[in-house]
Amino acid sequence: MKQVFKRPETLIDVPFHFCPGCHHGIIHRLVAECIDRYKLREKTIGVASVGCSVFLYDYFDVDVVEAPHGRAAAVATGLKRARPNNFIFTYQGDGDLAAIGTAEIIHAANRGECVTVVFVNNTVFGMTGGQMAPTTMAGQKTTTTPFGRETDTNGFPIKMAELLAQLPGTTFIARAAVNGPKNLMKAKKLLQRAFEVQINNEGFGFVELLSACPTNWKMSPKNAAKRVEEELVPYFPLGIFKEERE
Amino acid sequence: MTETALVKGNEAIAIGAIEAGCRFYFGYPITPQNDIPEYMAKHLPDVGGTFIQAESEIASINMLLGAEAAGARAMTSSSSPGISLKQEGISYLCASQIPGVIVNMSRSGPGLGGISPSQGDYFQATRGGGHGDYRTIVLAPHSIQESYDLTIKAFDLADKYRNPVMILGDALLGQMKEPLKKRVYKKKEFPRDWILTGAKARDSRVLKSLYLSEGELTEHNWMLYKKYQLMKREIMFETRFLEGAKLIVVAFGSVARILKTSIQMARDRGMKIGLLRPITLFPFPYAALEKISLSIKNFMAVELNTGQMVEDLKLSVGHKKNQVDFYGRPPGSIPSPDELFEEIRKIYKKRIG
Repeated sequence: MKQVFKRPETLIDVPFHFCPGCHHGIIHRLVAECIDRYKLREKTIGVASVGCSVFLYDYFDVDVVEAPHGRAAAVATGLKRARPNNFIFTYQGDGDLAAIGTAEIIHAANRGECVTVVFVNNTVFGMTGGQMAPTTMAGQKTTTTPFGRETDTNGFPIKMAELLAQLPGTTFIARAAVNGPKNLMKAKKLLQRAFEVQINNEGFGFVELLSACPTNWKMSPKNAAKRVEEELVPYFPLGIFKEERE
Repeated sequence: MTETALVKGNEAIAIGAIEAGCRFYFGYPITPQNDIPEYMAKHLPDVGGTFIQAESEIASINMLLGAEAAGARAMTSSSSPGISLKQEGISYLCASQIPGVIVNMSRSGPGLGGISPSQGDYFQATRGGGHGDYRTIVLAPHSIQESYDLTIKAFDLADKYRNPVMILGDALLGQMKEPLKKRVYKKKEFPRDWILTGAKARDSRVLKSLYLSEGELTEHNWMLYKKYQLMKREIMFETRFLEGAKLIVVAFGSVARILKTSIQMARDRGMKIGLLRPITLFPFPYAALEKISLSIKNFMAVELNTGQMVEDLKLSVGHKKNQVDFYGRPPGSIPSPDELFEEIRKIYKKRIG
């Protein structure tokens, strides 16, 4: 019988620690599929960031270094400059990349570092228990915006993909969602493209992935996935914001 | 082949780093150490190296973390306020056992302070400096030659212990020019079974500092502690006129340099004063000082701060009936040899007569 579906070789055969309905597991799988697809496992060095995804090294059978909170893009810069023939990716959440690590991601992008950035935007600080993230939607209730995010005092949800696309140093910038099969297929294609720009030495590749955090959203997995479509996608439009081909 | 050049302390450090095989430099401008990044920017490309002017000191130290994790020799330099920013990264380097060389050509604080020499960063350098229970090896040169030699040594020590090493100088040392004799560095081999190269024909490797399982972090910290204990093998210090001395003056870095003249002035006047100059500030020469205190009872610390290293001196000799005196001054002016002579003369007169 022909096998049509299997665990990517790059993923270690252990259960994820993620909450039910969390999309990190899906994104882990997507990244691992890309590593397998381009036969990169033996030359990949991953950069784990602080947040729910810090345990990247428990799931990916690749070399991994753990970066301080927000510093993944700087660590990736050092890795890639020292080992230009290796494949370097960072995996960062919205607190990590868009709050404490804003300077590092903007300048790594602006230098056009030849690395791949996987940015998981679930509009909330997950690991610390559901505080406001820079991407938290206007009106969204979190533990630190108990009455909902008020834009006049808390600012607006930050659109990282659009922001980075402005920088001349970047090569490929896109946003996708992972809340259902249709979006997932598009996400996979965009992620592949972000991998290819590094493989082809074309420069900085970045994919923002809209995803759900049912636990901190206090929603069922089904409703959380629905919220991605109904609330997040209209504000964070999907698609390619920058694509430069040589 | 030895070549002599007239260079600044900052340049000597940069030249030493390149000689030691440093091929990656990451930094952010701050006075009084800008000669280091400027030298690296100009000369690293000649040897196939990489210079990045980073967006911040925080990014610099994390770029170093990445390059060192990949097995390269890397350096970053800054001055006091910038070193404060790097402390987060230094803590992670120590915890993840990633080497690296960090230069602090310190200036005066607190806050923005000023650009004059200071030894106000002694506590920060020798007590870890960032969060958590960790230590870095701290080397304190007092001449341009020593700045060069210790920088080369710093890279070997960092690799040997898989731990960051700090060079602690100051504005005086960084800006002063002296003849430098260069030498050819003999490459030493250290285990490389931990560096990240991609998991080809081996198990995948992880460099991390997060330990959440029961007992795991305790064990990790004990392992680090044992390593810091082992570093005692690297203790270095210089002594002068110990034989028959009645008062030992203890000082490091540029102040020790000035003191050498002051002590010579005192010797010329018949005062039996000796000098101990710690070269490694961590590990500190506690045992050597304790041994000296078996025959000499009077000690004096001289520092360009209001009293930091004097605490280590007291930890070394203060538990017996020894006398530990202190002369220090906050940053803002550099003491002259005459001024320091007066200060040690006063103490000598008070304790010995």
